[in-house]
Amino acid sequence: MSGGHSTYTPKTGFGRWIDARLPLPRLIYDSFVAYPVPRNLNYAYTFGGILSLMLAAQILTGVVLAMHYAANTELAFGSVEKIMRDVNSGWLLRYLHANGASFFFVAVYVHIFRGLYYGSYKAPRELLWILGCIIYLLMMATAFMGYVLPWGQMSFWGATVITGFFSAIPLVGDWIQQLLLGGFAVENPTLNRFFSLHYLLPFMIAGVVILHIWALHVTGQTNPTGIEVKQKTDTVAFTPYATIKDGFAMVVFLFVFAYFVFYMPNYLGHPDNYIEADPLKTPAHIVPEWYFLPFYAMLRAITFNIGPIDSKLGGVLVMFGSIALLFLTPWLDTSKVRSAAYRPWYKIFFWLFVADAILLGWLGSRPAEGLYVAMAQIGTLYYYAFFLVVMPVLGLIETPRRLPNSITEAVLEKNKAGSLAAQPVSQR
Amino acid sequence: MFLHALGALGLGLALATSAGAQEEEATPHYPLHHPEPQEWSFAGPFGTYDKGQLQRGFKVYREVCSACHSLDMVAFRNLEALGYSDEQVRAIAAEYQIQDGPNEAGDMFERPGTPSDYFPSPFANPEQAAASNNGAPPPDLSLIAKARGVERGFPTFIFDIFTQYAEGGPDYIHALLTGYDEAPPEGLQIPEGTYYNPYFISGPALAMPPPISDGQVTYDDGAPETVDQYSRDVSAFLMWAAEPHLEARKQTGFTVVIFLLLFGGLVYLTKRKIWAELH
Repeated sequence: MSGGHSTYTPKTGFGRWIDARLPLPRLIYDSFVAYPVPRNLNYAYTFGGILSLMLAAQILTGVVLAMHYAANTELAFGSVEKIMRDVNSGWLLRYLHANGASFFFVAVYVHIFRGLYYGSYKAPRELLWILGCIIYLLMMATAFMGYVLPWGQMSFWGATVITGFFSAIPLVGDWIQQLLLGGFAVENPTLNRFFSLHYLLPFMIAGVVILHIWALHVTGQTNPTGIEVKQKTDTVAFTPYATIKDGFAMVVFLFVFAYFVFYMPNYLGHPDNYIEADPLKTPAHIVPEWYFLPFYAMLRAITFNIGPIDSKLGGVLVMFGSIALLFLTPWLDTSKVRSAAYRPWYKIFFWLFVADAILLGWLGSRPAEGLYVAMAQIGTLYYYAFFLVVMPVLGLIETPRRLPNSITEAVLEKNKAGSLAAQPVSQR
Repeated sequence: MFLHALGALGLGLALATSAGAQEEEATPHYPLHHPEPQEWSFAGPFGTYDKGQLQRGFKVYREVCSACHSLDMVAFRNLEALGYSDEQVRAIAAEYQIQDGPNEAGDMFERPGTPSDYFPSPFANPEQAAASNNGAPPPDLSLIAKARGVERGFPTFIFDIFTQYAEGGPDYIHALLTGYDEAPPEGLQIPEGTYYNPYFISGPALAMPPPISDGQVTYDDGAPETVDQYSRDVSAFLMWAAEPHLEARKQTGFTVVIFLLLFGGLVYLTKRKIWAELH
């Protein structure tokens, strides 16, 4: 933590020699051992660590997969099958990587929702939050391009649909689309540049993650009470307390991940992606991967023209706008109280928002017809209203519950209540 | 003779031709019937392939399906996984003529197959496959068991996570191959050259005629020689062709899951001990 002074004291002569020249061990010690974290962090706060683990795992499996993959439309599909069949443990690497992307998103969604629930984006953590949003955007780009690489039917048609969004932008749209595609349609140049970018972007993510953690270590972590750390008893040392708790959460997360990798590795994918891409045969329903479905639902919810904006551009604007809102969240929420634990109304609207996101996800997988469209429109309306109406207005009119004076007080209160409840009634 | 050849055409999932052109206002949802889930030896966390069944399924593929359907990604050497010995694999491979070359004179030539060769395609190129089949080229079968799956719908798809249902492909193939018997509902137009099958995933009818009939393939292990049994066996074989490392995957998974359980338990106890000092 930049504010505190370092407590690192090298024990050996060699340690002192290094410390005088490149104090890297000191940086690691101060960041991951002595770093003080609020003592009341719950398991929702373990997903940052889980995400770091997933990023590392994706890069490791991805680098090995790239050794066997051929980024050429004639060879790509076959090379992936070669990995599945002939490369030693290739099936494991590939299933780990494909399902790893899904679980990366599982973790990032829990992480983002946790931030929204506990008001982690509020001052002084706006930049920390925005860096997180940038990571999320980079993740979406990486995942999208990665899905194109196996060159299956959904790869091809997903790429066609998504790059098509950009042509809706007035004036420069067609130019942007052609730049992305490297031509006028999804073809070999598209696959080549997507592969290049798919290999590049994870390292950019890693770079922004470093900034994200740096910003985190400047402001310190939030916690379920939303009250800033005030005294030494409010915190514990990162190691061993947070390390072991994060470690346990990682093992539990890996357990669920392993369940999918080994027992239902294709559950989260689409069967059509086991058919080689065919530009002449459009699949009956083109659907993106599950983690994009809420945005896909919002895109297709705009079925009407708004003044000079036609429905296609409108849908694209609504979809990109839904992510832009995340960047603005620190300034949209007017509440002085950070944590939803003390905001009875915000808590309700928050859980409605979670339900809305899941509903939109399901609608994204349905064909855009009949009742589904109306439901997606209502869902989109609530998504926007949550950020643009609920957040600004509720902060002004809601009466929050009484806040404890400090984290320590909150913890003691909780422990007291807990031990009281554990006692037989007669002894109270 | 041509009609007879058509009748014997291989198993598979050719696209319905021109069915889309005659759509009514409300698009019906295909398939008309959901496949009936079957019992498979390879289902569940301890699933393994039944080698006898795979050999029977391979026989069905070889004698029926392979007339029209390629199996591009499977090599003869892979057949050892079906329980064949090295010599048997060599013998099977040698029954096929493989185009090789060019030789020193610059000519292509044919030679008997070896274990490292892949199953040759019944057609020289996709155009010929389409031309011989009314414009609907029979799909390659290497991945068909993973490339087909009928949507399970809400809430079944959530229960599937807990029951580990991952056999949508073979269930679909079995349903399709046994699904030709029903008469089309009245008023349903079946385009010429297609065959009504309510289990077909993308239309009411498909270009593949009923590919197999009772007694067509001789089994030497006493298994019933019925369409139902043929379909079951060839579905299992195609699952193996699509996912040859399924057994290794599930076995590795068991080790991983047990390890994570034990390791997780130890980490949890350690966590409890470390945090106990605080409370």
